[in-house]
Amino acid sequence: MASVTIDGRSYDVEAGDNLLHACLSLGFDLPYFCWHPAMGSVGACRQCAVKVFRSPEDHKGRLVMACMTPATDGLHLSLDDPEARAFRASVIEWLMTNHPHDCPVCPEGGECHLQDMTVMTGHVHRRYRFRKRTFRNQYLGPFIAQEMNRCIACYRCVRFYRDYAGGQDFDVFASHRYVFFGRSADGVLENEFSGNLAEVCPTGVFTDKPLGREYARKWDMAGSPSICVHCGLGCNVTVNARAGRLRRLLNRYHHEINGYFLCDRGRFGYGFADQPERFRQPLRRGQPASRAETLEHLKDVLAKAKIIGIGSPRASLEANFALRQLVGPDRFHLGLAADQHRLVSLIIDVLQKGPAPAATLAEAEAADAVLVLGEDLPNTAPRLALALRQASRQKGFAIADRLEIPRWLDISVRDAVQEERSPIYIATADATRLDDVASGVYRLADGEVARLGFAVAQAVDGDGPRVPDASPDLAALAQVIALALCEAKRPLVVSGTGSASQAVVEAAANVAWALCHRGREARLSMVVPECDSLGLGLMGGGSLADAFQAVEAGAADTLIVLENDLYRRAERTAVEHCLDQLRHLVVLDHTPHRTAARAEVLLPAASFAEGDGTLVNNEGRAQRFFSVRPPPADIQESWRWLRDLAALRGDPSVTAWQRLDDVTAACAAALPVLAGITEAAPGADFRVDGAKIPRQPPRYSGRTAMHADQTIREPKPADDPDTPLSYSMEGSAVALPPSAIPYFWAPAWNSVQAVNKFQQEVGGLLRGGPPGVRLIHPGHPGRRSYLPEIPRPFTPRRGRWWIQPLHALFGSEELSRHSPPIAERLATPSLALPPTDAARLGLAEGALVELRLGSETLRLPVSLHPALAAGTGGLTAGLPETLGLPLPAWAEVRAVSETPP
Amino acid sequence: MMGLAKVFGILLVLVILAALLTWVERRLLGLWQDRYGPNRVGPAGLLQVVADMIKILFKEDWVPPFSDRLGFILAPAIVMASLLVAFAAIPITPDIDIWPMNGIGLLFILAMISLSVYSTVLGGWASNNKYSLVGALRAVAQMLSYEVFLGLSLLGVVLQAQSFDLRQIVAAQAGLWFVVPQFLGFVVFMTAGIAAIHRLPFDLPEAESELTAGFHTEYSSMKFGIFFIGEYVGIVLVSAMLATLFFGGWLGPVLPPLLWFLTKTGAFIAFFILLRAALPRPRYDQLMAFGWKLLLPLALLNLMVTAAILLAT
Amino acid sequence: MYSLLRTIWLIFLHLFHRRVTVEYPERKAYLAPRWRGRIILSRDPDGEERCVACYLCAVACPVDCIFLQKGELVGGRWYPQQFRINFSRCIFCGYCEEACPTYAIQLTPDFEMSEYDRHNLVYEKEDLLISGVGKYPGYSFYRVAGLAIPGKDKGQAENEEPPFDPKRLLP
Repeated sequence: MASVTIDGRSYDVEAGDNLLHACLSLGFDLPYFCWHPAMGSVGACRQCAVKVFRSPEDHKGRLVMACMTPATDGLHLSLDDPEARAFRASVIEWLMTNHPHDCPVCPEGGECHLQDMTVMTGHVHRRYRFRKRTFRNQYLGPFIAQEMNRCIACYRCVRFYRDYAGGQDFDVFASHRYVFFGRSADGVLENEFSGNLAEVCPTGVFTDKPLGREYARKWDMAGSPSICVHCGLGCNVTVNARAGRLRRLLNRYHHEINGYFLCDRGRFGYGFADQPERFRQPLRRGQPASRAETLEHLKDVLAKAKIIGIGSPRASLEANFALRQLVGPDRFHLGLAADQHRLVSLIIDVLQKGPAPAATLAEAEAADAVLVLGEDLPNTAPRLALALRQASRQKGFAIADRLEIPRWLDISVRDAVQEERSPIYIATADATRLDDVASGVYRLADGEVARLGFAVAQAVDGDGPRVPDASPDLAALAQVIALALCEAKRPLVVSGTGSASQAVVEAAANVAWALCHRGREARLSMVVPECDSLGLGLMGGGSLADAFQAVEAGAADTLIVLENDLYRRAERTAVEHCLDQLRHLVVLDHTPHRTAARAEVLLPAASFAEGDGTLVNNEGRAQRFFSVRPPPADIQESWRWLRDLAALRGDPSVTAWQRLDDVTAACAAALPVLAGITEAAPGADFRVDGAKIPRQPPRYSGRTAMHADQTIREPKPADDPDTPLSYSMEGSAVALPPSAIPYFWAPAWNSVQAVNKFQQEVGGLLRGGPPGVRLIHPGHPGRRSYLPEIPRPFTPRRGRWWIQPLHALFGSEELSRHSPPIAERLATPSLALPPTDAARLGLAEGALVELRLGSETLRLPVSLHPALAAGTGGLTAGLPETLGLPLPAWAEVRAVSETPP
Repeated sequence: MMGLAKVFGILLVLVILAALLTWVERRLLGLWQDRYGPNRVGPAGLLQVVADMIKILFKEDWVPPFSDRLGFILAPAIVMASLLVAFAAIPITPDIDIWPMNGIGLLFILAMISLSVYSTVLGGWASNNKYSLVGALRAVAQMLSYEVFLGLSLLGVVLQAQSFDLRQIVAAQAGLWFVVPQFLGFVVFMTAGIAAIHRLPFDLPEAESELTAGFHTEYSSMKFGIFFIGEYVGIVLVSAMLATLFFGGWLGPVLPPLLWFLTKTGAFIAFFILLRAALPRPRYDQLMAFGWKLLLPLALLNLMVTAAILLAT
Repeated sequence: MYSLLRTIWLIFLHLFHRRVTVEYPERKAYLAPRWRGRIILSRDPDGEERCVACYLCAVACPVDCIFLQKGELVGGRWYPQQFRINFSRCIFCGYCEEACPTYAIQLTPDFEMSEYDRHNLVYEKEDLLISGVGKYPGYSFYRVAGLAIPGKDKGQAENEEPPFDPKRLLP
């Protein structure tokens, strides 16, 4: 702690923090541009000038940049000093000399940091009479629009894109007042975090392109706190909607998970909820039907049927629980593929009973040695990959600490550190986009990845199971990795379901436990594929195979499928065999897929945009997402449909559910492991100053004209019985609980930087603590016996290839595929083969091959992946062509002639 | 038979006159404020009265569920009845009057004016509304104060005429109108009269700018209409009394007595409307202080001087 | 007391003053150009819509009676796809005109817009858009603003240099 005097009053601040950080944390409004809490200071913009005095008697003082000056005990400074004020005002004036006169046609207007800072410094009149420099804009892909004239050269974009996110295809060009930020030529931004440029850029140079297409100002968009549904990390997001349409998705700061940044899949994947093909009314055999007649029909069906239910890892806990109650716990099946089911259960077991706790993303970022086993993070859990990219700087921070360079002094730290990086070892099937920060990358078949893991575990802790037939190379490599992990203070082991291999996950658990047994504070990060995979696993239920068997045996003739495409979960033949035997298939979903196409009755379910519910992320944190708009007409939340079905059967315990809290409470009461979920967010009765929390900002416009074409009487805003938020601008938006903040705004802070005002300290926890509640309590003390199943070494076979699942950021995930901007960037199906193996088959890049895998035969072009191990191949999972394939598996590959027969 | 005709004749004329006064008042106010007032419906806007009547009759006749029903309905009836009955004692011409009250007509009129305050009190109380209650309280206090010298100021006239009989009072003015010897009494009575019927500037019981509409906030349709007409009947009554007591009633040269009476009464009505156009409403404490500290001593002084002079002569 | 009597006398004298009332339907009063009446959307001197759908009028409106949706023409010009004013709510305060950065929205000296059906007071864009410049003849926002639109490339707005080529080696 240091005591500093600011404008005559004394404050306690963290010693060594920069003054800008300290002043903002204390609540002062000090303008800045180039500084970012996650990226540190570079002193490029000269905007945060303050005056520092030598002593209380010193009245002359000197101007310093607050972001470059550490707080020391006894420091006297002034924000209010006339000279400092004048300096800041003239800096803005200089920055504005080239700024075009186009705020009205700028999508940033109204939430522009430059506007805020200009108002804050008081610059109102342009005195500069000379000409403005101009640039031509570039096409940067479907996510980001560029308008380079507005640039103030703060360098935030390039620092984020290159230094923070590791992008290569974006840089700064030219010099002095002509600096240009962009690509060397027009083209799609390759980095998977490019969407963050819209939030990082303090003005309107980089803006959200999908928002621009259906534009609304920030003050006109209702917001709601939500959770990203496109992977298992549970990043917090804010969804914005106006006039019933989703307009954009923003990062919602969560100190322990996503911090300030989101991946592009999360940011631009929301479009599935508004796509034209979306289910909006009940269907009976594909034909629209009224709600009443559908329910009437279902009443007859349910009265006679033997029902089983299949849940979904992308539906909320409440929806799954409602289905479980409707069909009964013993007839409830998790809708997970067979291998995923095993893996998720294993991961839960490892996290619940093992000594190594699950790592939050913040902890992953702070790890100083990392071992990644079998997980292609930039494609399966991109935000975790970004965290590990920061983890690679931990060694550099240690160097900086030794040289007494503050960690926030970004350029100096990077200069001092040069290329030194924390040890990160990545063992996967194919190359990953994280390889550039890795100390060692190993391209192995999944069995070999597991064997490497087991060997490392054994090398860390001699008690571990010994790897049979270990080659000397493997043992030596394991020794190197083990040494690096043991030397670290906060080692992290990352694995997950991505390689679909149980042995890999077990090996990762063994490494983490071995480190714990050696007294290291090891953390384990297990990646799961979908937003509620872990929650569904915690709930427990029968496997998909059990469900198929029940149908086969005649124990069930009616299947209720909740927000799930069975074709993704099992082989096509198995699914079709099961569906053919059914008398009735009822599907609840919002997004079309093959299972829904076969449904006898389809009930339109609410997506994350109209529904509320609880999701459990990969670290076992239960978080609530809140709807941003009332469900239109016939759409309702899955749990409400299931309640209505229960009412048809006269099930009193379920029928009584009136609102989400009832379901959540019933779920928490029925399943002790989920008891904490009621605490995930405030319930519907929560009030701030006796009022609900408004979703709409106070200046939400057009209220009395929006619906005037339909009715001249303004309709009453829809009621929201399920959440503490209201669908209007009425209510209180001060001192909000951190899990129910609908939008970040503070007086004079209209941009996303308003989040400063919601944090305990800038870049720290939100006031009120981290949202969500962890259901798996970290770290069980004591030893846990190692998992002993070690696979045999991988040996290539003749004429056959070991085809492993690969993942694509855009394409593998089910829902985001349907979002228009992401649809422009979908991965195309191809068979990945190592070039040597392809050459042996006489195949060039793009040549057509026939792949026989189990009962399926696919025709695909070949793509050459030099990183793949000999004898292995890869198929991108989750694409329509590869859905449900039981990967990894041996497959025959045969070249075919280009011309079809 | 003749008596009954007179009763209904006077009643009819009075009510129609009162209704017409709503139009007269608005036209006169317009005149004094350099504008027109109602001039669109019928010749010179005369049918405005009919239009207003139709409108007011078709308004929802609403009795608030929280009110005291009986009192609420009774209140407008009382004001109308008491003020109309008071006219029975006023001699319009030597031939036209209803009942001379055996020589105590003046007392009867004063009694009826006092009775009318019950309507205000009852209306305010029965409405069960804070504004109405405050209005009613003001009405009571105002009436209690001003009633005292309403009567006192007339005693000079009574002393001079040696009678409470209005015919004799008029007859006693054959030589000189009482307004000259009883000027003080005239001023005090006029002021108190305005206060007694809550005309501007003494309309504190309804004071729309502070009490919305005071005692009749909750009234609508014809019940409100009766309050409204009642106020104009009050104006006519006080004007008629002023004409009778101080300006020689029907006495006058050349013209027939009825015309003299109507002219004098009409002049006072116009004067009351002029007051409304010209004077702001006083504060409540000013009203009370004005009554007790100025008008009461003046009335007493007037009485004593009159008595002394009469005794001396 | 004297002042009261004087007041009464002065008011009485108004009996002989001229009436100031203008008898409206028969005689129309003069309305100044800046009268705040019926709202219109104007066009710039080139005949293009002035409105750029910046939403500032909507946010300035104290009764929230303006609703619009931004659209974009090929080439980047912003325009309102939809523009609706609910005149049954409008209070003719003129804040929208004050807020408008392009002189597009203007209040006109016309107030005779009564309707028997409130629905008819909802004006859509085709009811609002006129074909003239309104009160401000010369101004064209896009000539000043840096955004490129068809017919006006980067660097052709007021006070602009020609576009810089970032790959140029000269400083």
